[in-house]
Amino acid sequence: MGLSRNVGLIEGLRYQGKGPMLTYVLHRISGLAMVIFVALHILASFISNQAWGSSTGIFINSIYEHWAFQIFIFFCALFHVINGLRIVILDLWPKLIEYQREAIWLEWLVFLPIYSLAVYIILRGALGG
Amino acid sequence: MRSRTVSLTKRGFDFETFMWLFTRLSALAMYLCAFIGLIGALIMGARTQMNLADLIRWSFMPDSNHALLNTGNQIAQPEAWMTLFWKVMGVIFITFATSHGLHGLLNVLEDYNSIPWLRRTLRILGLVLTVAMIAIGIYVLWTS
Repeated sequence: MGLSRNVGLIEGLRYQGKGPMLTYVLHRISGLAMVIFVALHILASFISNQAWGSSTGIFINSIYEHWAFQIFIFFCALFHVINGLRIVILDLWPKLIEYQREAIWLEWLVFLPIYSLAVYIILRGALGG
Repeated sequence: MRSRTVSLTKRGFDFETFMWLFTRLSALAMYLCAFIGLIGALIMGARTQMNLADLIRWSFMPDSNHALLNTGNQIAQPEAWMTLFWKVMGVIFITFATSHGLHGLLNVLEDYNSIPWLRRTLRILGLVLTVAMIAIGIYVLWTS
């Protein structure tokens, strides 16, 4: 197992991988965001059931119900879900990897309408009343 | 450009390959869970015009505290949906999501860290965290 690295952060950031690279980066960021925030959400629900921590738990969970946070976390969830399905299909049927760029276009074509509809409805509820 | 694949017998089926496959298959399992939840939410909200936020919340975590009680009394009988079936669906979802997510977190950490003892420590920590978070999640689901 090769553990040595010969590429630094700056060189890594300069790499121009275009569309596939963008989905790779977004998949990592959205996955990490969901791990951290969903774990915190479960812990907040856990301590809000206990007598000693209910106000802290309710405070943390009230952040999750804010419309700005919901727009952010729904981006993470929806992108991770749709990009994850592309990865699963291309990995389990490796012959399809030749159509990776077309698959990424298709992925954005599915993502954008669903996400913009959800953002519109969240914003209408938050700002319009 | 032709894609090249190495057969499983040539590559060997070690733990990393197993976790690679587990990540893909648990993603498919979570898709199945979310679709069952979505169908349940559509049946539940058909006559009461359930809003989109509750629909999404129930799809991701079919628990009455998560979706129904937050936003008023939109459902005529929320008690009818607090069944064993939906609790088991929630437990399955929590188990897959936690193991999938924390394995992904370890994957990212090991990409940027080449110190052997730190990698080993983080692996043990990840395993402990996975078990603990599944236990806490099931506790919250079952006592709410």
